[in-house]
Amino acid sequence: MAMVHENRRGISRRELLKRGTIGAALIISGRAVISPRDAWGLETTALKPETTATLIVLARDIYPHDQLADRFYAIAVKGQDAKAAEDPAHRTLIEDGIADLDRRAGSGGYRGLGWEDDRVAILRDIETTPFFQAVRGDLVVSLYNQKEIWPIFGYEGESYSKGGYIDRGFNDIQWL
Amino acid sequence: MAAPYDLNDDSVVVIIGSGAGGGTLGNELAQKGIDVVVLEAGSRIEYEDFINDEWESFAQLAWLDHRTTGGGWRVHKDFPNLPAWIVKAVGGTTTHWAGASLRFQEHEFKDLTTYGKIEGANLLDWPITLADLEPYYAKAEDKMGVTRTNGIEGLPGNNNFKVFKAGADKLGYKECNTGRMAINSAERDGRMGCQQTGFCFQGCKWGAKWSTLYTEIPKGEATGRLEVRPNSHVVKIEHDKAGKVTGVVYADTDGKLHEQKARIVCVAGNSIESPRLLLNSHSSMFPDGLANSSGQVGKNYMRHTTGSVYAVFEKPVHMYRGTTMAGIIRDEAIHDPSRGFVGGYELETLSLGLPFMAAFLDPGGWGRSFTSAMDNYPNMAGMWIVGEDMPQEQNAVKLHPELKDQYGMPIPDVSFTDHPNDIAMRNHAYQRGQALYEAVGAIRSFPTPPYPSTHNLGTNRMSEKASDGVVNKWGQTHDIRNLFISDGSQFTTGGAENPTLTIVTLAIRQADHIAGEMAAGTI
Ligand SMILES: Cc1cc2nc3c(=O)[nH]c(=O)nc-3n(C[C@H](O)[C@H](O)[C@H](O)COP(=O)(O)OP(=O)(O)OC[C@H]3O[C@@H](n4cnc5c(N)ncnc54)[C@H](O)[C@@H]3O)c2cc1C
Ligand code: SF4
Repeated sequence: MAMVHENRRGISRRELLKRGTIGAALIISGRAVISPRDAWGLETTALKPETTATLIVLARDIYPHDQLADRFYAIAVKGQDAKAAEDPAHRTLIEDGIADLDRRAGSGGYRGLGWEDDRVAILRDIETTPFFQAVRGDLVVSLYNQKEIWPIFGYEGESYSKGGYIDRGFNDIQWL
Repeated sequence: MAAPYDLNDDSVVVIIGSGAGGGTLGNELAQKGIDVVVLEAGSRIEYEDFINDEWESFAQLAWLDHRTTGGGWRVHKDFPNLPAWIVKAVGGTTTHWAGASLRFQEHEFKDLTTYGKIEGANLLDWPITLADLEPYYAKAEDKMGVTRTNGIEGLPGNNNFKVFKAGADKLGYKECNTGRMAINSAERDGRMGCQQTGFCFQGCKWGAKWSTLYTEIPKGEATGRLEVRPNSHVVKIEHDKAGKVTGVVYADTDGKLHEQKARIVCVAGNSIESPRLLLNSHSSMFPDGLANSSGQVGKNYMRHTTGSVYAVFEKPVHMYRGTTMAGIIRDEAIHDPSRGFVGGYELETLSLGLPFMAAFLDPGGWGRSFTSAMDNYPNMAGMWIVGEDMPQEQNAVKLHPELKDQYGMPIPDVSFTDHPNDIAMRNHAYQRGQALYEAVGAIRSFPTPPYPSTHNLGTNRMSEKASDGVVNKWGQTHDIRNLFISDGSQFTTGGAENPTLTIVTLAIRQADHIAGEMAAGTI
């Protein structure tokens, strides 16, 4: 996936400290959100990189799957940046929505809240807003429609090229 | 060879839509030597090109023209621009469909007589009986290769079925098997047997499942008397001063308008587009739309009382392997008012892939309650509820007062609210479905709300009297002799059964009638 490129350069510990971390794992450098631990970076064009970093955390809070790496959430929210680039109204919707989350979260901002429960409590208050609806509505497709995550969920996807399941366990249940 | 007909050829029968109704009618007429032009809004995508991927397939096949919704149903909130999940392509929704093919029960043709008057419901008896349809049902089952009819073996049960059947046995249900399916269990009619690929809703890449796309249509074309014109979106039906229809205006891929003349016009665009087209064809002679002297065009929209139950087990099920609809329980399809509602429902296994499960399990749902269910995807089993819903006048397809489509025609607005009988039935079915899965060890189960409508019925209903409905017992409009309705919008009431077998049956019967009338020179 081109939208998330591997961070080959690597980042020194010193640089890391200088830039400050987002949550535990994401840092911001220029117009990119970077995960030093997992060695990927996400360039943003229309949205502020801080906004994108918060979107990634927000995406995990909406659909928390502990077995999924941040990378998949980053890919999933990338479309928000693309849409914001095309449509200024969408950009405002997202930037204002994230700013609102930060305001509600207090001094440390949304990403500064350490417990998922605290962040989710805020989301429960805004779940009917157009901002939340836009993010969630897009995410339910952009996250679960990534073929790379299907095996993690035990979904096998396309089966025609393998001749279907007629000889591959369509009726192999044993435990009944 | 497919016969191309001239736009000015006014001897042809024009059929609008190539799905279950239109595709079947086209072939039946062509077999009788009648010249037919089928105008289809969608393009022609042969089955090799179907895609084993839920969203990609949806983009390839679904009808995505702008629509709006209203009313109290949850679809209005969750999918405001997607009232129905139906297809725009040659073959219509028979590309997407699951294949369940059940006959209506006798009493389901006589709802008003059997159930009596029900407040808020616009119940009516059909002007035909089961006995009238039986010979045609037999023809349809043979044509479609329905399992468990005509000596055709049932399909083998997949994992999802096995869980379902074990639960059915625990609950004491007697009528549970792998169903009557228009899916080949072995090679038949030049089409191969089911390979259990599990993408029936995305179009069967093997051609094992019946679809007009690769059965009726090529058979009709082989007679030299059927032309299917894809990318031809009909926007208006024209009529003369005597009130007879004379042809239709349609837009091609470039939006250019053409008029195809016709001796007879048959509308089979499914229950949203068919009434919309009649309404959009209003004129000074017919200010309320064609064939609408009763005021019933677009009214009584039915979608079956549906819902799903998914359940999570300790061990894997892999429900997505094999036929999507792999088994049916018929015990609850009876009319037994002691359950607190009239009419009945079928329970049928269903599975969704991970992407659609995320979208439909609990639309709008999020957080750990939702994601922990998704985490158990391989351990899920699923079933769908399909029951008779009450026709109600205010549940309707109407023309949007402002919004227009790409051809400048008012778009349809689909309004629906459950009748109390629908709600009582759905709750009963949820409770039975959850009990069924709990009986075989479900850890959690989920009463999943209805999807956008896959069954769309009743908006041009059949009636004895012209004042009660739009068409007579042949699907011929009460008002205009050479205008017919040939799809599920003819249904007077919906029955508990999936509708397609009955749509095909009515189309075969209608073809006999049209041929007879043409021969007699009455139309
Ligand atoms: C996922 C899914 C599963 C299903 N499973 C089952 C099942 O197991 N059993 C069952 O009985 N039924 C099932 N159905 C329902 C079944 O597919 C429909 O009942 C049936 O196809 C309806 O037939 P029809 O002729 O009314 O319309 P369609 O088959 O939808 O055909 C209508 C055609 O008309 C075309 N059209 C519309 N308007 C115009 C216009 N203005 N100009 C030109 N063309 C136009 C459309 O593009 C379309 O091709 C299922 C449906 C879905 C979506
Ligand atoms: S499961 Fe059978 S019917 Fe369904 S798509 Fe696969 S081969 Fe076709």
